[in-house]
Amino acid sequence: MNTVNTILEKINKMPAPKRLRDLIREIRSARTAAEERSVVNKECAQIRDCFKEEDNTYRCRNVAKLLYIHMLGYPAHFGQLECLKLIASPKFTDKRIGYLGAMLLLDERTDVHLLVTNCLKNDLGHQTQYIASLALCTLGNICSVEMSRDLAGEVEKMLKSSNAYLKKKSALCALCIVRKVPDLMEMFLPATRTLLNEKNHGVLLAAVCLITEMCKLSIDAVNHFRKDEFMEVVPQLVRILKNLIMAGYSPEHDVSGVSDPFLQVRILNLLRLLGKGDAEASEAMNDILAQVATNTETSKNVGHAILYEIVLTIMGIESESGLRVLAVNILGRFLLNSDKNIRYVALNTLLRVVHADYNAVQRHRSTIVDCLKDPDVSIKKRAMELCFALINQNNIRGMAKELLSFLEKCEPEFKADCCSNLVTASEKYSPNRRWHIDTVMKVLTTAGNYVRDDVVSTLVQLVSQADSLQAYAVQNLYRAMRDDISQQPLVQVATWCIGEYGDQLFAGTSIEDSEPLDASEEDVLNVLERALVNNNSTLTSKEYVITAILKLSTRFSSTQPKIQKLIAFYNRSTSVELQQRSVEYSTLFSTQDQMRSGLLEKMPVMEKTRVDEPMLANGGEKEDDLLNGGAASPATQTQQPTEVCESQNILDILGGPSTATPAQPAQPPKSTGGELLDLLGDIDMSGSSAGAPPPMMMGGPPLMDGLMGMPAAAPNPLLDMMGSQPLVNGNENSIPDIVGFEKDGLSLNFSFEKAPPPSTVTTMTVTATNSSPNPLLEFVFQAAVPKSFQLQMLSPSGNIVPPSNSGSVTQIVKVNNPQKQPIRMRLRMAYTVNGVPVTEQGEVSNFPPVLWQ
Amino acid sequence: MLNFIFLVNKQGQVRLSQYFKHQDENERRDIEPEIVKKCLNRQENQCSFLDYKQYRIIYRKYASLYFIVAADEEDNEMAVYEFIHHFVETLTSYFDKVTEIDIMFNMDKVHMILMEMVLNGEIVETNKNRILAPLRTMDHASKR
Repeated sequence: MNTVNTILEKINKMPAPKRLRDLIREIRSARTAAEERSVVNKECAQIRDCFKEEDNTYRCRNVAKLLYIHMLGYPAHFGQLECLKLIASPKFTDKRIGYLGAMLLLDERTDVHLLVTNCLKNDLGHQTQYIASLALCTLGNICSVEMSRDLAGEVEKMLKSSNAYLKKKSALCALCIVRKVPDLMEMFLPATRTLLNEKNHGVLLAAVCLITEMCKLSIDAVNHFRKDEFMEVVPQLVRILKNLIMAGYSPEHDVSGVSDPFLQVRILNLLRLLGKGDAEASEAMNDILAQVATNTETSKNVGHAILYEIVLTIMGIESESGLRVLAVNILGRFLLNSDKNIRYVALNTLLRVVHADYNAVQRHRSTIVDCLKDPDVSIKKRAMELCFALINQNNIRGMAKELLSFLEKCEPEFKADCCSNLVTASEKYSPNRRWHIDTVMKVLTTAGNYVRDDVVSTLVQLVSQADSLQAYAVQNLYRAMRDDISQQPLVQVATWCIGEYGDQLFAGTSIEDSEPLDASEEDVLNVLERALVNNNSTLTSKEYVITAILKLSTRFSSTQPKIQKLIAFYNRSTSVELQQRSVEYSTLFSTQDQMRSGLLEKMPVMEKTRVDEPMLANGGEKEDDLLNGGAASPATQTQQPTEVCESQNILDILGGPSTATPAQPAQPPKSTGGELLDLLGDIDMSGSSAGAPPPMMMGGPPLMDGLMGMPAAAPNPLLDMMGSQPLVNGNENSIPDIVGFEKDGLSLNFSFEKAPPPSTVTTMTVTATNSSPNPLLEFVFQAAVPKSFQLQMLSPSGNIVPPSNSGSVTQIVKVNNPQKQPIRMRLRMAYTVNGVPVTEQGEVSNFPPVLWQ
Repeated sequence: MLNFIFLVNKQGQVRLSQYFKHQDENERRDIEPEIVKKCLNRQENQCSFLDYKQYRIIYRKYASLYFIVAADEEDNEMAVYEFIHHFVETLTSYFDKVTEIDIMFNMDKVHMILMEMVLNGEIVETNKNRILAPLRTMDHASKR
């Protein structure tokens, strides 16, 4: 009795809780965020108290307030259970707020789920359609896997009801269930099929959505709907669409003058899924697509929504060529539209269809180029991407010019992409070397600091290969650097070239319109000095500069003292690399002076080591080849002579020293390392452990690194010199290589090195080469061994296998074989060729037995 | 499908938010202001679409109120754009000149309208009378 009294007292003391309206007013009148927070916190505390009192009268009001608070971003999870209580109430107003709360506050992870499932089950069968619909809506929103399984039967029953209102809602609820548990699809298929016979647009819309989702989830469903024995879906959809466009004005479904555009868009979307890759289905749609495309009113925005969808559908299915041209022309009209949204959509779509119909899109190039000047960044971005997709051999000059002027004016966020793409495109399509050098230089001068590092090596390589243009290039680079030393990549290229071709700075060039350089040796050194001491120069740039100055000591005649002074400038630098260079180079002037001229010889012509095809990401490649026929091949042909082998270069460098040691007379067959490996093999046999650096054969090895011109700063410069061929191949002679896999031009070569006993580890070097004319992109090599082995894979040297055996990807695999069993290995290779992903599998069981004996 | 929809005023205050796909609370608190800020910062001469993470954001401004919808990348932006307008028209025919205040004070009713138009992220009904039927029935019953 006592407790009852106290409760009664409490209730009397407590005033009725605030109305939602008042709470909103109070929150609105809060002037600061802190004030708002305190209002909310106070209210939350009161709501909590109310909940604790198990108060039924105001529960609905409290939950509504809580939902408002939740919307403002405050935690409101403590209201979850109250929502369930509201749902269980017989009153509609309570149920309504309860379900709304459940939708907003509950999620599939909450543990109150079991309770909800029961409530939902009851309400799904409720005779009031609004209550049943609330339950359907909530189920779709919060269904978990178990809930879906539990309630799918109920939903399927409702799908067959005669009530259109429930039908459309249950169809979309079914969609959520199928999305959650795809194997429940079977169950809904028969009922779904009949939904398309409905007259009610809501039901049709929901049915089309459901079918679309099923088609997206499984290819079996697509086939099912394409070739349904009871009812063919495609003609049915065509009929619905026809009725929509032919029926004329119907007030019931009119949206700004177009008959139910949302349904039209949905149907077109579904037709795209059904027609994709199916000539028969596509054939059945051709007529209606043409009709919709020509009959749609475009004075209003709605019309554009439909036309946009139809273009995607036409390009997505196996449609007639005339229809495709019509589609691209629609987009061309969009591009000229004054509405920015429509222009955006046009560019976005062109980007999606450019691979499907390259020539048709190409016709709108000038309009697209104009969009580069659009004030809207979203439009600009897409226009830029599209421009790069459209570049080919014939238009490269004009396009590059436009893009360079775009590069100058565009927002910083575009610059990096624009630079890289421009460099790649000019590498791919340049009409001649001079143009190529000019373009890359212009990129560097306009937006130098935004370019990625690889551009530096690209241009350096380019200049080194273009014998006749070196004077021209070095003079222009000098001018550009003189005018602006803030662009680091430009400084790096320019100093490298000045160092290398300094003697040509003052020579006449073979290019008639270039004027001779008006500068003295002193001037050149002054410019280099500026870059050397400038605080804004990066460390890498300084390293470039100091090496360049050293090289100039043999190329310039009158400025020796200044050169020595500049080189010594950093002999106390805190940067180890820079200091080392400074000190070592200085030594070259004193004790090692007789070696200097030999060491500072010109670098051999650099070979292309990598065929980069990032443009392929745009898919431009395939169409280009089709377009240009054989014209694209010169690019690959010019690479042929350079493909000789990258290690050739290394051999050149080591060629000298190797004569000092007697070379092994027996040449291992087609070993890439050639002499070098023999040399090391020799050393190994003489007792030193594998991998130990051979005795120094000349100068200081670190010096060589610097002279290579590429300050790669590898931990062991000697290794660096020898490229990626690991030293461990030294005793390769004892175990023969095997070819583990060969198909479609891809070949995997395994070479072995066995650690001396008692270690049971075998190190395999897997070298992937590609003799096909197309590069293999995103190459991933995976290996698996039986359980008795342990496998360790080191990271690969790259993920692109260049075409025509012009390079390789190597990866080291270590296999531990403690039980000394015969090694077997499963291989899996994944890569993309011409934009098509390929997966290959294989097994290797012909490993040489010596590996485990 | 539509992932979520916000109604935000010029000051960036959320007036309505509905998620059609589960979104982590904390994540929600992060992305909501970010998207709102992006939309509010856009100029008149920029288009109504922008990309944010995996979403394509479509927004439309009516007086001081922004309607922001996050669709999937493959959705038809123009149709969503049109849908926003249709939603506003429906609100207008219910509230008779809809204002920010109407939406704020009748949150539950706006949610109901939205629920009739979009179910689980898919547009389900576009006929205004049918959309408003349940709400009108309810109003009628409460008046009696």
